[in-house]
Amino acid sequence: MSEKTDINAEMNRLLARATRDRSDIEDLVVVPVFAVIVALILGAATMLATGVDLATIGKSFVALFVGSVGSLNAISETLTAAIPLVLAGLGLALGFRAGLFNIGAEGQLLLGGVAAVVFGFSFPDLPFVVLMPLCLLAGALTGAFYASIAGALKAATGAHEVISTIMLNLISYRLLDYLLRSPWIQKEGRSDPISKSVPDNAQLPRLLDWIEPNLRLHAGIFVMLIAVFVVYWILFRSKIGFAFRASGENPDAARYAGMHSGLIIVAAMASAGALAGLAGAAQVLGVLDRASPGFSAGIGFDAIAVALLGRSHPLGVLFAGVLFGGLEAGGRQMQVDAGVSIDIIGIIQALIIVFIAAPLLVRAIFPWGFRRTGDNHGGKGK
Amino acid sequence: MDVELRGITKRFGPVVANDGVNLTIRGGEVLGLLGENGAGKSTMMNILSGLYRPDEGEILVNGKAVVFEGPGDGISAGIGMVHQHFMLVPVFTVAENVVLGVEPTGRLDYLDLKTAREQVREINDEYGLEVDPDALIENLPVGIQQRVEILKVLFRSADVLILDEPTAVLTPQEVDEFFEIVKSLRDAGKAIVFITHKLHEILEISDRISVLRGGRITGEGDPKTVTTEELAEMMVGRPVSFEVDKTPSQPGESMLEVRDLVVLRDNDEIAVDHLSLNVRSGEVVGIAGVQGNGQSALVEAITGLTRPVHGEILFQGADITRSSVRARHRMGMAHIPEDRHKSGMISNFTVAENMVLNSYYAPAFSNGPQIDWRRVNQTAAKFCVDFDVRTPSVFLRAGNLSGGNQQKMVVARELERETRLVIAAQPTRGLDVGSIEYIHERLIASRDEGDGVLIVSSELDEIMGLSDRILVMFEGRIVAEFDASKGPVDRNAVGLAMAGAAA
Amino acid sequence: MTVATTNTATASGQKLDVGKQRRARITGAVMIGLALLVLLVLGVDGGEQATFRLSRPTDTWVLPDLVVPAGPFNYVAATVLAFLGARQFLQGGVRWTSLSLGFGLAILVMAFLVWATAGKAFSLTGMLQATMVRAVPIALGGLAGVLCERVAVVNIAIEGMLLAGAFTGALMGSLLGGWGGLVAAVAVGGAFGFFLAALVVTFRMDQIIAGVVINLFVLGLTSYVSSQVFADLRHLNNAPVFRAWKIPVLSDIPVIGPMLFYQNIFVYGALILVAIATYYLFHTRSGLRARAVGEHPRAADTLGVNVYRTRYIHVTLGGMVAGFGGAWFTLGSVGRFDENMTGGRGFIGLAAMIFGRWHPVGALAAALVFGFADSLQQKLALLRTPIPSEFLAMSPYIATIIVVAGLVGKARPPAADGKPYVKE
Repeated sequence: MSEKTDINAEMNRLLARATRDRSDIEDLVVVPVFAVIVALILGAATMLATGVDLATIGKSFVALFVGSVGSLNAISETLTAAIPLVLAGLGLALGFRAGLFNIGAEGQLLLGGVAAVVFGFSFPDLPFVVLMPLCLLAGALTGAFYASIAGALKAATGAHEVISTIMLNLISYRLLDYLLRSPWIQKEGRSDPISKSVPDNAQLPRLLDWIEPNLRLHAGIFVMLIAVFVVYWILFRSKIGFAFRASGENPDAARYAGMHSGLIIVAAMASAGALAGLAGAAQVLGVLDRASPGFSAGIGFDAIAVALLGRSHPLGVLFAGVLFGGLEAGGRQMQVDAGVSIDIIGIIQALIIVFIAAPLLVRAIFPWGFRRTGDNHGGKGK
Repeated sequence: MDVELRGITKRFGPVVANDGVNLTIRGGEVLGLLGENGAGKSTMMNILSGLYRPDEGEILVNGKAVVFEGPGDGISAGIGMVHQHFMLVPVFTVAENVVLGVEPTGRLDYLDLKTAREQVREINDEYGLEVDPDALIENLPVGIQQRVEILKVLFRSADVLILDEPTAVLTPQEVDEFFEIVKSLRDAGKAIVFITHKLHEILEISDRISVLRGGRITGEGDPKTVTTEELAEMMVGRPVSFEVDKTPSQPGESMLEVRDLVVLRDNDEIAVDHLSLNVRSGEVVGIAGVQGNGQSALVEAITGLTRPVHGEILFQGADITRSSVRARHRMGMAHIPEDRHKSGMISNFTVAENMVLNSYYAPAFSNGPQIDWRRVNQTAAKFCVDFDVRTPSVFLRAGNLSGGNQQKMVVARELERETRLVIAAQPTRGLDVGSIEYIHERLIASRDEGDGVLIVSSELDEIMGLSDRILVMFEGRIVAEFDASKGPVDRNAVGLAMAGAAA
Repeated sequence: MTVATTNTATASGQKLDVGKQRRARITGAVMIGLALLVLLVLGVDGGEQATFRLSRPTDTWVLPDLVVPAGPFNYVAATVLAFLGARQFLQGGVRWTSLSLGFGLAILVMAFLVWATAGKAFSLTGMLQATMVRAVPIALGGLAGVLCERVAVVNIAIEGMLLAGAFTGALMGSLLGGWGGLVAAVAVGGAFGFFLAALVVTFRMDQIIAGVVINLFVLGLTSYVSSQVFADLRHLNNAPVFRAWKIPVLSDIPVIGPMLFYQNIFVYGALILVAIATYYLFHTRSGLRARAVGEHPRAADTLGVNVYRTRYIHVTLGGMVAGFGGAWFTLGSVGRFDENMTGGRGFIGLAAMIFGRWHPVGALAAALVFGFADSLQQKLALLRTPIPSEFLAMSPYIATIIVVAGLVGKARPPAADGKPYVKE
């Protein structure tokens, strides 16, 4: 009898959750905050170095703030910019968790966008409730298909996905050029490469135009929020997500545990591509109305930064995507108000990732922000 | 040359690997350093070779205190180390590996490989090592690779040679040859430190023995007078019996039958060469053999990780040659992988997640596509209690457990369910004696419940202690079979078979 | 005293060439497919002839034009391809896989050229010269990759380093003249190499992420400065261009003379650097140590080779080579910087490195193939072929994917490639 209670006590002890370690909080909160602040300061230094005077720098930071959260329009712009970043970022985060470094979000996004456009103008007579979701689906499926090429190659031959997705990106640019010039896609009467427009009943409806007609926030934000939830569920609640994560952490152990590594790679890559394709579709159906060369505007690469900043966690990706969307929207305001080129935002974003991805660097620069690490991260005695 | 360690202490975070160690090494003598895994042997030798710096204490070379700043300093002071895991570049030739770091050069930094080759030949001849300087390392068997390691140390005119677990990869016959080389080095005036956890070897080769336990020197012995029992007690801290307690086996129906199996390695070499074997319920079959003779490929084929190119595998009479890993697992096959870090567990996952690594999909742990984490965690806690996995919580990162507890976690996952056949590859490699005994008991318990048990190990002692039947594997084939149920098996005969002598 | 060696000779066992046979069969199928392609798509009717000009009328030695009857030539080409393909399925085909594949590809390119030129004339010399010029940044990018990956640092940032070199070349070239710009470009490339090394070696950042970040950073910085500063101050973006130097006598050799000996400093520089790198990596002490660091860093460390310093040095050198290659875009061609003007050449350089099996000469050869495809694409527009030029432009990338996938010919990277080294 007493033995049994002992076992129960023992099991309760084992099932008690430990409180979060201080180093976890440092990693999740302190490092990202430091990263953003330092990147902004270095951005200011860059402006200073290119002959922008202090008053203008001050003005540009005010513009950055006002342009991102200072008004309803600013918030609408921030969220609009965040939608594709979060969607593509979720795809990359899912890939990272499965141990796949998908650099090809840009290409998947481009082709997904084109597919959505083509589907839209090909069936203009379908009703909105059918056509719009089908356009999104077309984008997602195309992205998934394009990404799964790299996945299938890795699964079948071990070809490294970094190289193959880079190549698939380069291929997608040429393919886009070709498609936009082909007669059934190119807009009538145009000689430059640009696609026909998406019909109204395929577009993601604007949500706030009843307040003010130029507010661009569109229904893609619901797609984004649903995607955040779904990716969270997949990663941390579902069986397939467990297999993704196991395979990402230790592919050998996953294989030994009977998980089918090839299928996992293809499935994870396809899901990542589907989300990137969805991002492209949301962008053309909600904002651009048509496809043109380079319409992705580097979202696929910024999404890598978003996924890293979000620590490959769906909620983190949501925060990071909104932050980057804010930088994007604020940057435009900055260019208008202070005459500082929006390209400065690219520098700031790159610097943020440098600090995020190299926490040791942040610790080296700001030793006082952290508990001394030498004691608890020492090697195992052997 | 004489070397003395005085009061050496080395800490890794909270772990004290060496605690005030004193040790004297003399020229023309073989010092045997005995200790079980994790006793701090490797740390001490890494300090001596300059790879680590001690937190306290000093090193004296010929009576003078020296400070080593990096691995180069140990070598230049005449102390060379042969690591347990060889430090050889596989795509370089023997000569390139030997001269790396002290290369003969001409003008314009030109690498003078001709001189290098000649210098290697000279040392070769002096000590009778017989290694071809132009051979590529990746084409050499491990026994020869080890000689290249010794060549490297001699090339740097080391007077002190530290040999870390040098016999782990050798056949008993290769060990004899290796001991001849060690003796000739000793007779040439070199000081040798021979690190091992194998008692009979240390008695055979050493002139003096020191025993390390928990980072401290716990005893010294004269190999002429000390007994293995005394050494074992010094090493473990309590009397140890190396006999595994077990009743005679009661073999029943056939559990696993392998017929005419051929398995290839990644590079298309034949790893398993038309091999047949069978394992019956209620018996332990041990496969002895030096690493690299196809044992891993055999295990991978039986567990479904690789597809054989020829032959068939029957499990309880059913053909499973083409079944998936998961299907075999479901049928009751348990697999304890040979390298838990590489393939047995996921360090960044929690103990609970690791406990369901291969059964998470089962109805017991899931609702449709969703995992039922509450049930997973409770089951994991029960496994931990049942298999004595010492962890503060099932939510701890598995990587933070000690090696013994990690292995017990893997064993718990594999055995805590209805099993019919247990495949255990190197089940106790790198573990302390306590964990080894525990895992051995569990394997025998599985046998007594009527499972078939197949054990693959390169530790001959483990095979001899556990098996009811011993198969010896050499170059992909079973070259000998011994029945251990009727009486003790001749250790020498097994050793000869491992070297491929019997046919 | 001698010790008998027990199992030296037999231990590695027999080999079954299953994988090789599979590759041979795939190669064979591909070649037969190509034969059909030549026959059906590139088939030429009637008696049209393709004319290749081998020299210009002003050259010292004037060669007659090479005139090929297009139809028969391509029938022969298809037959040879089909024969080579069928050969792969027969016994012993395994031994000939790589050779037949190279030969088959050469025939395919010839057949393609003949088909595209049928009934027209085409200057081969000009084409080869253009090939060399276009190969330069790719070859230098590839060489930068070789230097980094031989010490096991994956450099995705070659693209960014090229862009930084191009930008610096334009800016400093405008201020200090061509040579000043060149030196500055090399220095800035080296600085980014050093930065990459610091991120991945000292701060143990993931190598792929570090590369991606540097690319984004350089793209942001150069775009920012060019739109913020160059837009107003045009004289800062107007650098002199290095002219071609004609090497006497050698440049008069027909066909290859202009390709190799009538070029600017970047072409000569690339050829010399490839030669130096080959000698350095495979015939010097430092090269041996560098390769050891790339293959087995712990072994190198135990022998007193400083792994971290070796990586810093080589990644910095790689950055300098990429900076030199980047300067080609401005100082070697147009003298002016445009946003993102490298357009993915750095990634193609990475592909050239893989294609060239991590060897400087291999990277150069691959760069020439890519340069050829690039210049052919330009020429195709002139010849007005029905194949869209975009598809030809894709071919190097598709070829790279095929090589990385190991479908034809397997390449082996340095063993420790991409793995950070943590001292115990």
